[in-house]
Amino acid sequence: MAEPDDKIRCDACPVLCYIRRGMTGACDRYANYDGELVRVDPHVLLERTVKDGGEVVPFMSQAREWSGDIVNAPTPVVTAIGAGTTYPDYKPAPFIVSSKIDGVDMVTVVTEGIYSYCGVKIKIDTDRHLGAECATVRAKGEPVGHVTTGEYGSQMLSLGGVNHLTHGGKKEGRVTCETLLDLCNRKAVELNVDGGASVIVEAGKPPVVNGQIEERMRVGCGSAAIGMFAKQWYGKVDEVVVVDDHITGVLSEHQAGKLLGAADTGIKMKGRRSTPGRYFHVAEPGAGWGGADISDPLDIVAGFDPKVAWPGLTMLMVSTTGEQHAFYRLDQTLTPVEAPLPENLRVSVDRIRENCEPALCSVLFMGGAGGSLRAGVTENPVRLTRSVRQALTTVTAGGAPVFVWPGGGITFMVDVTLLPDNAFGYVPTPAIVAPIEFTMRLDDYAALGGHVDHVRPVGEILAQRARTAATFGTALARSET
Amino acid sequence: MRAPPQRSRLPDGRLHLHDGPIDLIIEAFGEPSDIENAYAAAWGRFATILDELCGELPLLRARATPTSLPLAGAVARRMTDAVAPLCVERFITPMAAVAGAVAEEVLSAMKAAAPLRRAYVNNGGDIALHLLPEESFVIGMIDRPDRPSLIGSAKVTGHDSIRGIATSGWRGRSFSFGIADAVTVLARSATAADAAATLIANAVDLPGHPAISRVPAISRDPQSDLGERRVTLDVGQLTPQDIAEALTAGLEEAERLRRLDAFEAAALQLRGQALFCGLGGARNIDATVKGVRAAAREGMPTFGWRVGDRHSAALEMHGLESLR
Repeated sequence: MAEPDDKIRCDACPVLCYIRRGMTGACDRYANYDGELVRVDPHVLLERTVKDGGEVVPFMSQAREWSGDIVNAPTPVVTAIGAGTTYPDYKPAPFIVSSKIDGVDMVTVVTEGIYSYCGVKIKIDTDRHLGAECATVRAKGEPVGHVTTGEYGSQMLSLGGVNHLTHGGKKEGRVTCETLLDLCNRKAVELNVDGGASVIVEAGKPPVVNGQIEERMRVGCGSAAIGMFAKQWYGKVDEVVVVDDHITGVLSEHQAGKLLGAADTGIKMKGRRSTPGRYFHVAEPGAGWGGADISDPLDIVAGFDPKVAWPGLTMLMVSTTGEQHAFYRLDQTLTPVEAPLPENLRVSVDRIRENCEPALCSVLFMGGAGGSLRAGVTENPVRLTRSVRQALTTVTAGGAPVFVWPGGGITFMVDVTLLPDNAFGYVPTPAIVAPIEFTMRLDDYAALGGHVDHVRPVGEILAQRARTAATFGTALARSET
Repeated sequence: MRAPPQRSRLPDGRLHLHDGPIDLIIEAFGEPSDIENAYAAAWGRFATILDELCGELPLLRARATPTSLPLAGAVARRMTDAVAPLCVERFITPMAAVAGAVAEEVLSAMKAAAPLRRAYVNNGGDIALHLLPEESFVIGMIDRPDRPSLIGSAKVTGHDSIRGIATSGWRGRSFSFGIADAVTVLARSATAADAAATLIANAVDLPGHPAISRVPAISRDPQSDLGERRVTLDVGQLTPQDIAEALTAGLEEAERLRRLDAFEAAALQLRGQALFCGLGGARNIDATVKGVRAAAREGMPTFGWRVGDRHSAALEMHGLESLR
């Protein structure tokens, strides 16, 4: 029931908070999202026991969304999942002071969450052309990111980030947030690339490009495939072309073929020759053979040199995943005529397939505990800064290992499949809430304070050299501007 | 819909109680059956606390005055008793002590139910302690949870008079008029510690400083007990002199409160600098303030300056001064 000035009354507990639009109540668990009372996050705590390899303990008995997934944490770890949200940008979450440090019985702390920037980096294992570099990626029609570099057997997308969350329209921010949240929580999300493909992305699952499930990841580029399979082809076929939008390989010209003594075939390829047997840009990128826009592989063959080629010359054309292949024999006019694939070549085609890894979508969440953290660090004496840095021995997200970027702030990336289910939340700001934990060793702390007069009791505490976690729930969320 | 209070055991056996905005982490030490009895008593007492408080919320949110009416609830009385000696010279509402008072109330129910060697009730960093004479607790102090460094520790033994600890700062869940990252106070009760920490954290301030943004409390929380008073929203760049200025302002307030016997010891932290009150040290307040300001002018760290003529042999705070 929205009041005229946008306040709503929360009846979740007898405090009966009036909550302004975009704010939370006293508990930081319930918020006013566009006039509606919403529960901001589940409160869960992850505990891994040494003996039986892990046990999940809901922090509250009503942690309904907890699915029971375990992460591989080395020691009992309290995660920040559901430790709270900072909604929208100010007061802290109901961080539970439940971390336990050997030698220290309890922790007294001002609770707070971190506001920051976040997005996802997606690697889609496919040879198919998803769209031009820099092309806009849309979800539900809203721009949520862009196509970035092509990598080995894959296309990278970069979604989210502060610009889509804040600089676009309200709908753009909301859709971006939903998209990020769904991707991080391993739900399937349909993305459309401007001037490119439609792709369904689900972390840990094969991509679906234009309605087709991508099953295999290329064994290598066309040239690499020649190198890998030259021996199996030599003597069984006169020419092999591994069709690849990036680097098409030609056996007779390739170093691998030459070393075996493969004869010239007089084949003339389209595109640009890089080094012998390696051709760039034989066609335009597309969803056909080897990630090129062709459905007939002969489109990339300009012809055969009559001085070199001979009638009856045999040629295998195959894509980098082995999914497409064709066998030809030159007729009297040196024109390739398709013929059934001989059994002894089928083995090699199958082997290309076998050697292709399953194609998957990988989703890395990237978040920055930047602003407030960096400001705090730079304003402090260098020694303190270093000591704080040294004390941060481990950063984890929901107990999962992260990569922390060098440089300012704490900007990290984590594979979302390593986190427990539904580890990510959102606040209607819109922003993503992600867990992050910092774990420090008490002996690091001893090293800092070891030279002072009063060190004795601290030394006693640390004599055990116990290692436990001081874990802090922090919410990564963008502050509302 | 009213969600009922919840109770659960953490994997290591500690008790977690939750109701509305209250989360308690509880641990008792003694005979196993005594521990269970104590936990049962904690739960029994806790179950109605929030409803009791909410029944008197308007009065608890009102400014405390020497003539404030007595309240009915036990927790509410702890709150009003704690702020009564402080309300003459400062604006304060009983809500300033709510976290400590809830912790203390639950702990007292546990103590009454079973003989315990030691126990604590940690209400989001505001902690009530029970200690037999030969027992002790070590409390870790953290100034900023976004840079989670265990920046110091305090050892409290049963021989001390300290039975409560609280930390306050603008980054915390409650509003603050000041800019302290953390003010940690050790006092004879959690309620007293909570109230004193609130006032000292309010006083660590630079009135009118352009780097500090403030908003009326009710613009964030329509029911805030602080009304139109402006609370700290963000703190930008501060010079070493600014830090020294704000910390010494807080130290003067701390020393004033200590002379009212409001607490035993306090550590005031701002941007990596810290001052202590009530932990011994020969300096008087004026000399300390002068020294801190002079050090800041010289570009020296202001870490570890102390004021206070009382020093408990058993009470020690460590770590903070070691970073100098």
